Amino acid sequence: MQAKRIGRLARFGSVAAWLWLTSSMLAQGPQRVPSTLAPASTPAHQIFDLSVFVVSITGGIFLVVGGLLAVALFRFRARKSDSLAEPAQIYGSTQIELAWTVIPVLIVVVLFLTTARIIFAIQDAPKPTAALDVTAIGHQFWWEFRYPKYGVVTANELHIPVSGNAASRPTFLTLTSADVNHSFWVPQLAGKTDLIANHINTMWLDPNTPGLYLGQCAQFCGTQHALMLLRVYVDTPEQFDAWIKSQQQPGRQDSAVAAGRKVFETQACMNCHTVSGTSATGRFGPDLTHLMSRATLASGAMDNTPENLREWIKSPDSFKRGALMPAMQLSDEQLDQVTAYLETLK
Amino acid sequence: MSDYSLPNPGTIEAVVSDEPRGTLLETLHEWVITVDHKRLGILYILYSTFFLLVAGAEALFIRIQLAFPHNHFLSAQVYNRFFTMHGTTMVFLVGMPFLFGFGNYVVPLQIGARDMAFPRLNAFSFWLTAFGGLLLYYSFLGGGGLYGVGNAPDVGWFAYAPLTARSFSPGHATDYWALALIVSGFGTFGTAINIIATVVSMRCKGMTLMRMPLFTWLMLVVSMLTLVTITPLTAAQFMLLIDRYLGGHFFDTQAGGSSLIWIHFFWIFGHPEVYVLVLPAFAIANEIIPVFSRKAIFGYPAMVAASVGIMFVSLSVWAHHMFTVGMTSTSNAFFTLSTMLVGVPTGIKIFNWIATLWGGRIRFTTPMLFCIGFLFQFLIAGLTGIMLSVSPWDWQLHNSYFVIAHFHYVLVGAVVFCIFAALYFWYPKATGRLMNETLGKWHFWLFLIGFHITFDTMHFLGLLGMPRSIYTYQPDRGWNFLNLVVSLGGMVQGVAVLIFAYNFIASLFQGEIAGDDPWDAWTLEWTTSSPPPVYNFEEPPEVHSRRPLWDLKHPDDPDWEYEA
Amino acid sequence: MSTVSTRLPVRAAEWHLPYKGRVGMSALIAGESAIFTIFVVAYVFYLGKSVTGPRPSDVLEVPIIGTICLLSSSLTIWRAERAIEDDRMGSFTAWLGATIVLAITFLIGTASEWKKLIYQDGLTISTNLFGTTFYSLVGLHATHVVIGLALLSSAFLFSLFGRVDSRQSERFGAVALYWHFVDGVWVVVFSVVYLIGR
Repeated sequence: MQAKRIGRLARFGSVAAWLWLTSSMLAQGPQRVPSTLAPASTPAHQIFDLSVFVVSITGGIFLVVGGLLAVALFRFRARKSDSLAEPAQIYGSTQIELAWTVIPVLIVVVLFLTTARIIFAIQDAPKPTAALDVTAIGHQFWWEFRYPKYGVVTANELHIPVSGNAASRPTFLTLTSADVNHSFWVPQLAGKTDLIANHINTMWLDPNTPGLYLGQCAQFCGTQHALMLLRVYVDTPEQFDAWIKSQQQPGRQDSAVAAGRKVFETQACMNCHTVSGTSATGRFGPDLTHLMSRATLASGAMDNTPENLREWIKSPDSFKRGALMPAMQLSDEQLDQVTAYLETLK
Repeated sequence: MSDYSLPNPGTIEAVVSDEPRGTLLETLHEWVITVDHKRLGILYILYSTFFLLVAGAEALFIRIQLAFPHNHFLSAQVYNRFFTMHGTTMVFLVGMPFLFGFGNYVVPLQIGARDMAFPRLNAFSFWLTAFGGLLLYYSFLGGGGLYGVGNAPDVGWFAYAPLTARSFSPGHATDYWALALIVSGFGTFGTAINIIATVVSMRCKGMTLMRMPLFTWLMLVVSMLTLVTITPLTAAQFMLLIDRYLGGHFFDTQAGGSSLIWIHFFWIFGHPEVYVLVLPAFAIANEIIPVFSRKAIFGYPAMVAASVGIMFVSLSVWAHHMFTVGMTSTSNAFFTLSTMLVGVPTGIKIFNWIATLWGGRIRFTTPMLFCIGFLFQFLIAGLTGIMLSVSPWDWQLHNSYFVIAHFHYVLVGAVVFCIFAALYFWYPKATGRLMNETLGKWHFWLFLIGFHITFDTMHFLGLLGMPRSIYTYQPDRGWNFLNLVVSLGGMVQGVAVLIFAYNFIASLFQGEIAGDDPWDAWTLEWTTSSPPPVYNFEEPPEVHSRRPLWDLKHPDDPDWEYEA
Repeated sequence: MSTVSTRLPVRAAEWHLPYKGRVGMSALIAGESAIFTIFVVAYVFYLGKSVTGPRPSDVLEVPIIGTICLLSSSLTIWRAERAIEDDRMGSFTAWLGATIVLAITFLIGTASEWKKLIYQDGLTISTNLFGTTFYSLVGLHATHVVIGLALLSSAFLFSLFGRVDSRQSERFGAVALYWHFVDGVWVVVFSVVYLIGR
């Protein structure tokens, strides 16, 4: 109980601290700090509580050793009044040295046992039958999310259900990569796990509060590593079911934008992108079947507005230089048409 | 029974050589063909000082780019090149050459030898290292290959496969990275062999292993560690080149190859490498702290044992860089434990240094100030290292700015501080003149303040979720103010280093004449003149204790009566 | 130079240190062992991971003659070492020559093995993971044999012209140490590639 209270106090203190640290920036608009100090899911909570324990031990060591060092420097500074003779020469002391070997060993044992418990608790947690499975695949420089049970494929914005006390429904992620190494990191939800080709990793999240959580790729993966951003929407069960339903629909067919669809399917777009229900089945780029259900474009590089979309198609380099999407040299008319088509993919 | 054959420092006049100098060309020629360990040591140090300024400038460019969100000072490609080059340069062209430079200069003098065991190999090693550095920087011109000019490696200093494969890194930049490090790696390998042979086979009469100065002891340990550290990297880079040039599949994930094996190989090199850099820093502190505390080092045998212990333990901790790649929970637990255990011998060292200070009469000269900075910063770096070894927490902290802060605390707060300490300490021996103390203190305080502004703040950025290696960040993440602070601290450090560079050059002409033994120290290098003659000692010295000059200065109370 | 007389410890032991060439060579061998370890680990790690053929069991034949030659060359070079220490230079030249012949036989064996693998079995360094790791590991060892051969040949030439005598025995000892290392590595490579991995 005592430990819990200390944990809560420490959490409160740290939240206050980062609020203070970042308050000067509030003028620039709403902040969404992806802070490890504000955990919102069991793995992140466990890590945070462990970190409070580790900080209290290392902090104690720092006070003792740093204090001794400061005292030594002050007390034994050379003074004008010193005699010319050298101070007494002391070559060592077996007892003292033994003491400061044994004490660190004991501290290590305590730290290790505490840590090992959390390693196994997080890493080897059993998977409940109610768990949601999502496969995350890293690409240069975007995220592919597949929901195998629901036949849903989306990109860059992961939707998962809240896992509260009422209904426990954690999300288990299966992670791998289509090209180079990436790392999935949403600090408020869990520690990071790498996405590596030929190597399947897993991790799990059980966020307890609905909302939007930010993260980004945490393993350098090439030119636009910095703009491989990640958004996790934690939905209420109802919202999540509704979202899955809408994502399961095939791409909307609208004869008003047939010209744009033709551009999409006759130019190279469909080589890399999928719009389900059409002949576009490329997998090199994000699935665009429900592009308009996403808040951002290009893995979070910009907001999803018609103007941004048109500019992005026209010249990906001007937003995200080095992104693998080529500029297709479309005419202005074609650009308008294809943008209009994509705008219908709700 | 022989007499002490050491010259009595009190009776020799301080003389600065005024032999007639040759023309500039002759002098240059002499320096190029030299096999003298002292000149090669100086060449190493000048070479690394130059690259310190280069890589420091790269760091400042990086910090200007990150001072504000969505900044457009550097493009993504240029930023990635700069952080790759900054890391690679600082580790391979600054850290190691600096430390081997000191080893080259000081070790033969401390053990009373005339030169290194293999003087020509020594020169060869230096020039390999030097050309490795040039090759790396030539990539700025030639790295683009046929496609044009203006490219450099942009895969990070860790160069994780498969990003280094031809399909993800076309052009020649990555080849320059691998080739340059193979070349300079062979240079390092040669120097390590040389130092081992020198320490084992060239010690003067009476200098048993347990009478060697701790600096020499640690250089021996570092060299042994280097032998088995730099070579795995060389092997892995050969594999990379086989992949890139001969169509091999070592790291080709399409043909069943694995990225993980590169990561393992890299950190089997990369973690002991940290100790290759930090053990010489300990070595320097081991010399300087006793001299300015006016006391013998506390617990000499424990210091030796702890160093050897660190060497062995450091070979079994590499995978603590890999807690997020998806190892089994048992492996994670094992590497957590082995990493925490490094704390024990390291703790012994810190305690012994404090015990050396305790009861002393501490003189706060510039080299001592840098060593004290080192003690505080290394204490903190060790404690943040414990935090990172806690693998669940590392899942959060890994590849975040917290890690950046931690290893800069080690590499700048400990290693660079000790390098500066060593420069101030041995400068009078190498040049015959002291560096200016006032400028030295300005350098120290500015560097200390800048250091803490920068790297203390970085820890918080990491806790707030900022990953490393990003050229820009979003303004809504709450990182803006802290990044600005970090960048300002970087500028302060830049100013401090400029003061140092001025002091370093100006003292060569205006510095106070040092004499043989300006610090009233105790090891053999202070018995010969400053700068020492080519042959080092007029007569081969003979020692009877760890502090031959103490015995000489205190004939009534010599050390060997107390040493076991 | 002025000296000060002072109380001195009574013990003035004799001062012998190891020969620097031998120490340096041992250090070199330690580092080289690390390089070989990495290549061996890569070979073992990728055993059976090739996506396409050929596999080791399809194409590799155990190089018995080459192995016997290389291992017995350790014996001949040891005889040469004894000979130079005792200043029997004729015997030294003969044993050294024998070592060189054995080494060349080994290299010829490797060359013909590679020729068969490349032209008959179509296995090159870029064929699959097995090809990559096999040629790298065996090639790295063969490179060391070639370097050793160069060292031995130069010693052989010097001894033919009568420029070597027992004063060089320590130096030759360092060369011999290297040669023993090359042989020792072959034992590891042979076991891993031709016995375990096949």
